[in-house]
Amino acid sequence: MGTSLDVNALADRTRRRQRREAFVTHACLALGVLIFAFPIYLTIIGSTHDVNTIGRGDVPLLPGGEAAANYAQAWGVGGGRFMGVPAGVMLFNSVIMAMCVAVGKIAISLTSAYAVVFFRFPFRMMFFWLIFITLMLPVEVRIIPTIQVMVDLNMTNSYQGLIIPLIASATATLLFRQFFLTIPDEYVEAAKIDGAGPIRFFIDVILPLSRTNVAALFVILFIYGWNQYLWPLLIVNDRSMETVVVGLTKMIGSGDSQNEWNVIMATAVLALLPPVAVVVLMQRWFVKGLTETEK
Amino acid sequence: MKKVYFKGIALPYFLLLPQIIITGLFFFWPAAQAVRQSFLREDAFGLSSQFVGFENFTDVLSDPTWLDAAFRTLLFSSSVAILALGAALFLAVQADKHIRGADTYKTLLIWPYAVAPAIAAVLWLFMFHPNIGIFGRMLNALGVPWDYKLNGDQAMLLIIFAAAWKQVSYNFIFFLAGLQSIPKAVLEAAAIDGAGPMRRFWTVVFPLLSPTAFFLMVVNLVYAFFDTFGIIHSLTQGGPGKATETLIYRVYTDGVMNLNFGSSAAQSVILMILVIVLTMVQFRYVERKVHY
Repeated sequence: MGTSLDVNALADRTRRRQRREAFVTHACLALGVLIFAFPIYLTIIGSTHDVNTIGRGDVPLLPGGEAAANYAQAWGVGGGRFMGVPAGVMLFNSVIMAMCVAVGKIAISLTSAYAVVFFRFPFRMMFFWLIFITLMLPVEVRIIPTIQVMVDLNMTNSYQGLIIPLIASATATLLFRQFFLTIPDEYVEAAKIDGAGPIRFFIDVILPLSRTNVAALFVILFIYGWNQYLWPLLIVNDRSMETVVVGLTKMIGSGDSQNEWNVIMATAVLALLPPVAVVVLMQRWFVKGLTETEK
Repeated sequence: MKKVYFKGIALPYFLLLPQIIITGLFFFWPAAQAVRQSFLREDAFGLSSQFVGFENFTDVLSDPTWLDAAFRTLLFSSSVAILALGAALFLAVQADKHIRGADTYKTLLIWPYAVAPAIAAVLWLFMFHPNIGIFGRMLNALGVPWDYKLNGDQAMLLIIFAAAWKQVSYNFIFFLAGLQSIPKAVLEAAAIDGAGPMRRFWTVVFPLLSPTAFFLMVVNLVYAFFDTFGIIHSLTQGGPGKATETLIYRVYTDGVMNLNFGSSAAQSVILMILVIVLTMVQFRYVERKVHY
């Protein structure tokens, strides 16, 4: 009897300890979640109040009644004490840029990786290394001469200028190359026996096999395109071409208290929403894409 | 390696063409120009330029304000990397435990990846603005004279926190993937041998996680060097004074604002060398990990 009591007491103690540990874990994670969610919460709340409430520094923690008016102004008119650009226009520009950058990068990386893996031709590896080396040449280290090229080609203030120089992609090419190398030789042999040429093989075999990789990369590259900052800042000064990330910080300027903060906060929420939605809705692809492209 | 190929020469070149044209026009040509310009100096009117050898480089490297910026960048980048890595590792270890709602926590910790660095800065501005920010006002009410637009140290602190805040979710994803790949049998064996949770973490988990941590360290440093331009530009514009001017921000102000092409190009070339070193370190690590 004595031993069974001891066992019960031990089991009880273990259970209590496990409960305590689980509580600590939950508390830590909840604190982490709070640290990440609070700034967004504050911004959403701010976007539902009028300009004076925020301007005089009464930072509210509960929603106000001005949401409709603020978002309508942000979407259709814009804010800022100088000329504003409507968020609708900026969001449109960002969507175009992010979509075209993502699709463009995937398209040209697919074809380049296909050429490098499934063909043999002179200077094959040299071309591959050329693409690879672009990893080491971010915009930040070649600002002035790149602007010069853009001016010479008359590509400033245009969608082409925003998009085309960004669609070269070493990481996407590397990822597709790695993946193509795992495709068994038998597939190619079978295609040849069936009389399928390289273009047929690409469309009927390679593209369907690459579906998951393409989806994963799309999430990463969409966010990459959406979040561009320095490039649009350099290439665009026609404000109707502004993307929302750059446009938002221009609305803030040097951060004067007299800014139309309610409209700025509404614009910030609108600028956040699309990429966050993409990550949350496509979480599975996104995590896969991230951990596989970067390794 | 493959042994079966398609025949043809024209088609593969055609498939490579778009990528090669873009890299040539917008990457290699400008990079070559940056190198060329770094050896030239223009006269005051921008009419002619002459070859000056390494003068631009020696000027940059002996300029005390550039060295200050370099030191500042080092401080900024290492603070961001340590903060973002530490917080992410801690959260990943918690989220890896068997608890109810673990997936919900993961989703709620992953989404900040989608926030642009510049937007992260704006969110932190909303919190720490001395007049309209909740914490900025709170600090002032408590008697701490808080104004990041006047106080350089406070400005630096703010951009460090905004930059680290944005990077935690990225590190979290990788640490979590790393933790999940550690075989449970190893941990159970350690537990049976009487190792407590802390001991298990430092002697088993941490060493097995160190390749991931090293990889993330390099990625975080590159992030803090380059991708934080948006944070600095939207929050402090390098100021007050030069308190938050990092090397990248300086290339931008010298080249784009002050039109000092020779010096800007020399600074670019120095940074290019830095990126090349970091990238090589990163890929050396990948190679080694394959044998690991």
